[in-house]
Amino acid sequence: MTTRTTNAERMIVFEGVSKFYGEILGVNRINLAIAPGITSLVGPNGSGKTTLMNLMTGLLRPTRGTISVLGTSPHDPEKLFRKVGYCSQFDSFPPGMTGREFIEFYLSVHGYTRGEVRDLTQAALERVSMQDAAGRKVAGYSKGMRQRIRLAQSLAHNPSVLILDEPLNGLDPMARAEIIRLFQSLAAEGLYLVISSHILHEVDMMSDSVVLMHNGYVVAEGDVHGVRGEIEEHPMQILVRCDRPQVLAARLFEHEHTIEARIHDDRRGLFVRTRRPDDFYLLLNRLVTENNLKVESVAPADDDLNAVYQYLIVSEGGRVS
Amino acid sequence: MSSTVETGEKRAAGGGEAAQLNWSLWTRQTLAVMRLELGKNFLGRRALLLYMLAGLPLAVLGAAAALVQESDGAFKSFAELGVTYSIIYGALILRTLLFFGCAWVFMNLFRGEVVDRSLHYYFLAPVRREVLVVGKYLSGLLATATLFGITTLGSFALAYFGFFPAESVEYVFDGPGLGQALTYAGITVLACVGYGAVFLIVGLYFRNPVIPALLIYGWEWLNFLLPPLLKKLSVIHYLNSLVPIPPPAGPFAVLAEPTPAWISVPSLLVFTALTLLLAGLHIRRQEISYAGE
Repeated sequence: MTTRTTNAERMIVFEGVSKFYGEILGVNRINLAIAPGITSLVGPNGSGKTTLMNLMTGLLRPTRGTISVLGTSPHDPEKLFRKVGYCSQFDSFPPGMTGREFIEFYLSVHGYTRGEVRDLTQAALERVSMQDAAGRKVAGYSKGMRQRIRLAQSLAHNPSVLILDEPLNGLDPMARAEIIRLFQSLAAEGLYLVISSHILHEVDMMSDSVVLMHNGYVVAEGDVHGVRGEIEEHPMQILVRCDRPQVLAARLFEHEHTIEARIHDDRRGLFVRTRRPDDFYLLLNRLVTENNLKVESVAPADDDLNAVYQYLIVSEGGRVS
Repeated sequence: MSSTVETGEKRAAGGGEAAQLNWSLWTRQTLAVMRLELGKNFLGRRALLLYMLAGLPLAVLGAAAALVQESDGAFKSFAELGVTYSIIYGALILRTLLFFGCAWVFMNLFRGEVVDRSLHYYFLAPVRREVLVVGKYLSGLLATATLFGITTLGSFALAYFGFFPAESVEYVFDGPGLGQALTYAGITVLACVGYGAVFLIVGLYFRNPVIPALLIYGWEWLNFLLPPLLKKLSVIHYLNSLVPIPPPAGPFAVLAEPTPAWISVPSLLVFTALTLLLAGLHIRRQEISYAGE
């Protein structure tokens, strides 16, 4: 076995991969080698992250180039999905199913016995803390619950590679922290986690490496710590949807990393600008508990990473160390 | 990752042994796909139309039989009943209700999942896409053959026992009636086999399969006007060749010799197998893009 082959069997490898939708560019000339740990694909909407993930899982076929996931072609689903789980961004489900049935059904398609299906489903539900809601119809779930049940379904068969498209979307701060801990524990077990986000701040705290994408191209890739310092040059804006934004604003201004706090026009949210998002999220959790605030959602409101990309491209030649 | 059960990856490992076990795995996977699809076909929201189509002849014949009983009058002579039922079966059940029932079920096997945006879950499972085709097709076949089989036998029973109960007992149990009823039921199953394959492929190839379905409907209906060679390029020709009592051909019909059963049945089965093969080849290369659905 050659060294090249051995590496291919240990990595997720893209070699000269391009995908065009007719004349529209999806991704172009992608060369990547993804190692174990958490790798984040980051870029604005339309930058090609989902296309890259769909190519990796065979939902799309590349126009040019080859992809290998631990030595397996994405077009051999029978082998690929023994080792890969994909939590896609499609927020849709087969009609009429409960959360448990949803996971059990797709496990049964794997060919597991009834007993194995039951055990794997229970373990997956516990991992995402959805045991209590598993008997309810998915149609009645909140967005965060739907996100978590899809996550459970994608990891129920214990894959080596977990691909997650915007997995933190729709989660409240507590659930977000819990899911991030789950990702970290999975990575510690030696899994490959590929996570996409349009918010760099959202994933940088948990990632081992990042791939920055823009307009279908990889504009930078490398160690996340190299990127983090650059990000701190750029204050981040976060929208917190809650019942008493004025209370939250008052408390946030007690902390020096809050640059700006502006109440949303509908008075049901607060725009916060901060230089240290990590500290902000920790602080927010504490303030929510202390002030008994009802938080509906927390989402970065600052999608434009172009400044960071440009900085990285110019200063580092597209590679961050 | 710790787990008390064997992972899928381990199960797939094992070289030659795994290769030998594939048929067993594919069978389990096919049955699993069928279980879910049968649930959708029988209990899903799309099943309502299927029940309406399958139930219509029973409702009409049941109502007609009740009216005849109340009016205390004979409907027609018993001797003509065989031909009357043959017309009802051919025109109403086979060419219309079963045709559209199969169109509805089989075109939605994949198309419906694209509309519901749930097909990717199947594509993200470690299952050969050909296995999906077979599992889905068999579930559609089981659903349509069961419902329209009941329709066929039920309508036969209503047509005979509803209008001529005394004569029908003798005709069915001491005459050719039972054999005819079972032959009609067999034709119904074969129709589901053939039309099912046609509509499965239509649902895969066309984003809006309604127009191709209507074109096929026209082609099948106008089959009696076609020259003998073109008649053979249809499903209905082979099914008509099997009916125990042929309906009247009509004034404009181009007559052709019926194809013997030993050719009709294998022809439909071979056609179905080839169509499923084509569907398998298509689905192997299918991409998931719900944009514009």
